Formats: sequence, structure tokens, C-alpha cells
Amino acid sequence: MTSVNEEKTPKKVIPIQPEPTETRSFYEAHKRIYPRSIRGVFMRWRWALVVLTQLVFYGLPWLEWGQRQMVLFDLGARRFYLFGLVLYPQDFIYLTGLLILSALALFLFTAVAGRLWCGFSCPQTVYTEIFMWIEQKIEGDRSARIRLDQGGWTFEKLWKKSCTQLVWIAVALWTGFTFVGYFVPIRELGVELLALQGGWQIFWVLFYGFATYGNAGYMREQVCKYMCPYARFQSAMFDKDTLIVSYDPVRGESRGPRKKGIDYQAQGLGDCIDCKLCVQVCPVGIDIRDGLQYECIGCGLCIDACNSIMDNMHYPRGLIRLTTQNGVAKGWKHAQILRRVLRPRVLIYSSILLALAVAMVVSMSMRQPLKVDVIRDRASLARIVAGGKLENVYRLQVMNATESPQTYSIRVHGLDGAEVASETEVQVLPAETRGVAVRVQIPYGAAGTGSHALLFDIDAVSGQGKVSEKSVFIVPR
Amino acid sequence: MSDFVNNFWSVYVAGITLVGILACLLLLVLTARKRVVSDNDNTTGHVWDEDLRELNNPMPRWWMWMFVITIVFSLLYLVVYPGMGSYAGKLQWSQIGAYEKEMEKANEALEPLYARFTTMTTQDIAKDDKAMAIGERLFMNNCAQCHGSDARGSKGFPNLTDGDWLHGGAPEQIHETIAKGRIGMMPPQAEAVGTPEDVRNLAHYVLSLSNSPHDSLKASLGKSKFMICAACHGADGKGNQMLGAPNLTDDNWLHGWGEQAIVDMITNGKMNQMPAQEAKLTPAQINVLTAYVWSFSNKQGSAN
Repeated sequence: MTSVNEEKTPKKVIPIQPEPTETRSFYEAHKRIYPRSIRGVFMRWRWALVVLTQLVFYGLPWLEWGQRQMVLFDLGARRFYLFGLVLYPQDFIYLTGLLILSALALFLFTAVAGRLWCGFSCPQTVYTEIFMWIEQKIEGDRSARIRLDQGGWTFEKLWKKSCTQLVWIAVALWTGFTFVGYFVPIRELGVELLALQGGWQIFWVLFYGFATYGNAGYMREQVCKYMCPYARFQSAMFDKDTLIVSYDPVRGESRGPRKKGIDYQAQGLGDCIDCKLCVQVCPVGIDIRDGLQYECIGCGLCIDACNSIMDNMHYPRGLIRLTTQNGVAKGWKHAQILRRVLRPRVLIYSSILLALAVAMVVSMSMRQPLKVDVIRDRASLARIVAGGKLENVYRLQVMNATESPQTYSIRVHGLDGAEVASETEVQVLPAETRGVAVRVQIPYGAAGTGSHALLFDIDAVSGQGKVSEKSVFIVPR
Repeated sequence: MSDFVNNFWSVYVAGITLVGILACLLLLVLTARKRVVSDNDNTTGHVWDEDLRELNNPMPRWWMWMFVITIVFSLLYLVVYPGMGSYAGKLQWSQIGAYEKEMEKANEALEPLYARFTTMTTQDIAKDDKAMAIGERLFMNNCAQCHGSDARGSKGFPNLTDGDWLHGGAPEQIHETIAKGRIGMMPPQAEAVGTPEDVRNLAHYVLSLSNSPHDSLKASLGKSKFMICAACHGADGKGNQMLGAPNLTDDNWLHGWGEQAIVDMITNGKMNQMPAQEAKLTPAQINVLTAYVWSFSNKQGSAN
């Protein structure tokens, strides 16, 4: 470098960066959670819901309705049997309605009482619960399981582990079988599977079986933490008056161990004895004392755990309790918390939910077991036929959505002098669709040129179904 | 089978596809770990707004492996299926191929249903209610586009219900029409006939054959010119089913009625085509359709 250059270059100040000294990975191996079993109100509720949901799930496909399965979603034939109803793809709107209702119901009780769905009735929770119970019955509780997993392969470990696997696989396969039984008649499916027939059925039974086994046996809380979107948008549904599982830091801090019956408050201690039981029972492995976290599924097991300790220490219950943020911050009583339940958010959710539910019930009750599409023939616009009549041709797709053969009468109205010139009666077999050519005539000159509205009335002779469909009648120049 | 204008674009698209996948892999590798100043507070070393730091909340490792699996899967997919420019893939899979396979499968599944129609006579098929229901559906899907849902046709498309046949209404003739198709040809005759005046006179003569309203003077002037037409339509104008020449003495006017329509037809001629269906339909399906079409003009059962 020459001195000339040195003068010209401006001085740049470079901040001193310390040398990096360690490599930090943004991924880590999953740490297994060993939840401890606990007794209490919330545990009882959880089990009640496990039993209830699984009774419905495992039992429903075995019930019969007349000559068929009571609930069957026959994808092949595109017919969906639901108790007395037979639904078709054309009834898709009801599924849409059901999904919207479910979503709104979820918003509603999330706003009121937090993640009830997650903690109590989500299949992920329920099957995890069942699989953990199996694990615990065979391998023992938390500490025994940790010892077993960390110890070497002894004979005891071998048989306990294989036993767990066997029972898990059995439950998983039965679950897969039941699930497929909603789509294929379950009794026939059972017979087929025993004979090892039906490649796709076997595949799907194994697939859903494996999904159950993997999710409930191994993935467990990771599904909630890393995959489920619900955890991520729960904060949009919560507000300060939502009931959530919360630790009361005002009462609890400073935490610390102490002897029973001493005047701990004089030593500056709070009610929390730092026994970590609430952490050990938590199925997602968090510490609720750190406040509300997105991982918390609101199952309330830490409440059961803490209350049992509080009883033991002869302190009042409810150091961890189901309360609202406002409730904790302002020290509200039950009545005050309950008064805030009827807030605008909840009222709006409820009213929309009610309106939709009513609309759904009304439209279901007005549903006609008959669907008709009217398609004007495009090849021939209109023609003049013998007798000085003007004729238009239509194709009617008549779908009989009942379970018996039907005869339908076809009539037209809405245009003076219009009448059906072809067959006015059409037979359609049960659950069949038939395309019928219909010729409609008007006296020549009865209507001016252009297109005229015309209504087709299709009535079942048996009274099962009555539909009016719009179309047009074209008079050429 | 490639829609690319030239090879460059094919390579270009393939390149973008591959580079995109590899870029995903690179991104994953580069962001999986980072060298940071040890500070024991478990942050990512990412600092902005002077003191805002990102906590390192590690994802489970299987998540990263899933990412890797998707990349491996996409590369395998590109080997097996089309996706790299104009490269067709090891399986030679294509939409059309898939469609043809599905159709083959469907036809195979239908074969037992159609089996009996391969040997039955047209008359017997026409008596079979089930067959007629199948015929109705086949007609709606394959014929109604031109002949109309009611099979009564329209201008330029023959009416199949009136018992008036261009190429004959016997079962075997209908069968041939459906299977092999037909070409109807009326050559332009203006030069052979003479002046436009002559053509108009001839048109009136043709109208007179079916007793339609006409000018009898013009018709008598045009009569001599009908020799040209007689070659196909016959001296009496009754048509010829061997040639598909229409009968001019009845009241069916396939290509329009009246003086002007006939003048246009003589002057310009017309090519009309019924497309062959044997490539689209199975022989059994054609048998059923034949019976269905035949039954329009041969009412049976309770009617007789």
C-alpha cells in the first residue's frame, strides 16, 4: 500500500465479534415422557370420556338397521347410510354443515373452558391414554418404567416389553379393523379378513392399525406439540375470561420443601412445596408453574396431583386450579368468574351455532329423497311437429334416493299451453339415476319468440319425493 | 410425447426442478446447526434490535429426517414418473395411458353383464327390459349429442324414430351404421343443372314430388333436369338406401324444408358424416344400441 492510498481510504469501524466457541444444533433427539398415574376428579372425567367415546366408536358398526348396517359409508357405491337416512354425494352440503357446526362448537367451548377437546375427547389423547394404561398395567408406574428402560436387557424386561407390544398391536389392529368397518360392512369384513381376502381392506386395516400404534404408542404428545395446528391457534380463541389450568403464583411462591405443620409463611415460603408431582403426571411433560404454555392440553391431571399434596399437607386445595387469567390476577371468587362466561364472544358463538343447528335440522327435515336435473338438449333448439305444435327437448336426470323402486309423474307449468308430449311417467329403481328424454310442446304461436321460464314438477306417485326444477322453453324466430 | 418447443425448455424445466429440490436440502443442512458464542442461555446466537435474542427450542430430530425423506422421495418420484421436462419416467406413466387402463378394467368388469348380448338377436335384445335400460344409458351418453335425447334428431341429424331410413332400417344395417359410420354426400350440381333459374325450377319439381306447396309451372320446367338427380335418388325420387340417398317424396326434410333450402342443397351440395363407433364401444354395446335404435320404429310387446 502506498501512502497516497492510505490517506484516501476512510476509516471503517468494525465491532469486535467474539469467536463462536460451540456448535448448537436446532434439532435434538426426542426425550421420552413417563407420566405418573394419579387419581382424582379430572382423571375420572378423562376415563369416563375414554369409555364413552370408545363404546360409540367400537360399537356403532355392529348395530343393524333393518337389512343393513346402521352406520356405513359405502364409498364404492357412493351411498352413506346414517341410521334411517341414505345420503348421496349430492348431499355433500350436510357434511359441510356438520363440519362448520363442529368447528363452531370447538370455538365455543374453547372460549369458555379452554382445551376441553384436547384434554378429554381428541382421539390422540384417548388412544394415548389407553396405550399408557396398558403400558402401566404391564410395566408398572413411572419410576418402574424408567428403571426398566434404562436397565439392561434382562428376561423380565424382555417379557414385559413383548407383552406390552402384543397388547398394543392387538388394540391397534382392532381399531384399524373397526375404522375400516365404517366403510365396508364390518361383519363381511371380518369374515373376509379371516380368510385373508380383499387386498385393499387388509392394507387399510394395517394402515390405520399402524397409525394408531405409532401415534398412541410412540408419537403421543409430539403430535400435539409439533403437528397439530390447534395448539398454535388456541391463543386466538382464548381470552382473559377463558377457564384454563393455572398455577397461582401469589399463593405458591416462594416454593420450597418444608416439614409438615410448621409455620412456613414465617420463613417466607408459599404453599408450593416443590414436590414436582405436577410435572411428573403431565402427559406433555411441561411445568404448569411456568404459566400457560401452548403445549398444555388442559387435561387437569396436575390439578389432581397438586390437590392430593395439598390435602396431605392440610393446606387448602386449588393451588393449581381451573380458573381464568382475570380470576388469578384479581383474586375473583367462583361467582365472579362464572358471571363473565356470558360475554359477547361466547354469546356470538352460541347464537351462530344455534342458528346453524336450526338451519341444519330444518333442511334435513325438508330433504326430498328425489333429485332432478333438467338439461335442455343443445343439438336441437326447437322444432315444429305435426299438429302445429312447437317442441323443445329436455333430458331429465331423475335420481331415486329412496330404498325402494319409485314411479314419478312428470308435469310442466309456468307457460301457457305447455304440456309434456312424451311419457309422463317414469320408473326408477332404488338408488338409481335415470336419464329420461322429455318432449314439451306448446301450440304454435302461443308464446312470443325468445326464451320462456318453464317449471318441471316431478312427483313420486308413492308420495316419497316432490321436486320442482326450473328450465326454459325456447321459441325460435 | 413432449409439448416443448425445443429441447432447451425441457432441460430448463428439469434444471429448475432439480435445483429447487437440492436447494431445499442445502437449506436444511445450513440451518440445522450453528456455531455460537457459548453463553449457557441456550439461544440461537441470533440477535437483532440490539438485545432481542431467539431462544433455541429444538425440533425433534425425526422431524429433520422426515424432511430428508421427502427429498429422497421426490428424487425417486422424478426417476419413476414424468416431471423432468420431457423425460417420461421409468414407468412410462401418462394420463392417457391411465385412462385407457381404467377403461380396459371397466370393460372387463362389464363383460359378464354384456356377455349374453353378443349372441342374442336384435329382436330378442329389444324385448329385454334390462337391455333396453342399458341401451337408454348408452344412447344418452354416446348418441344423444347429435340425435337428441329423444332420438328425433334435428336439422342435419337424422330422426331415428320415424321409420324413414337413409341407409336402411334392418338390424344389420343399423349395426353397420353404428359400427362403421356413414358418409352422406350430395355433390354440388349447379353446373350440371345450368342457370340459377334452372336450379330454382328443379327445386320446385322436387317439392312437387312430396306434394309440398310449389309452383306447378316452374316444376314442369324443372322436370327434365331431374335426370341428373335420378342417378342417385331414383327416377321416381324415392331415394336409394345403398347410396344413402334420401327419399324426396316423403315429408321428411333432414336439411331443411322449402324452396331456398333445396336450392342451396343443389347449388352447394353437402357432406354429412356419422362417425364410426367401433373404436369407442365394445361389440356387445353396439349390439344393445342397435336393438335400442331398432326398437324405436319396431314397437313390440303390448303395442301389437
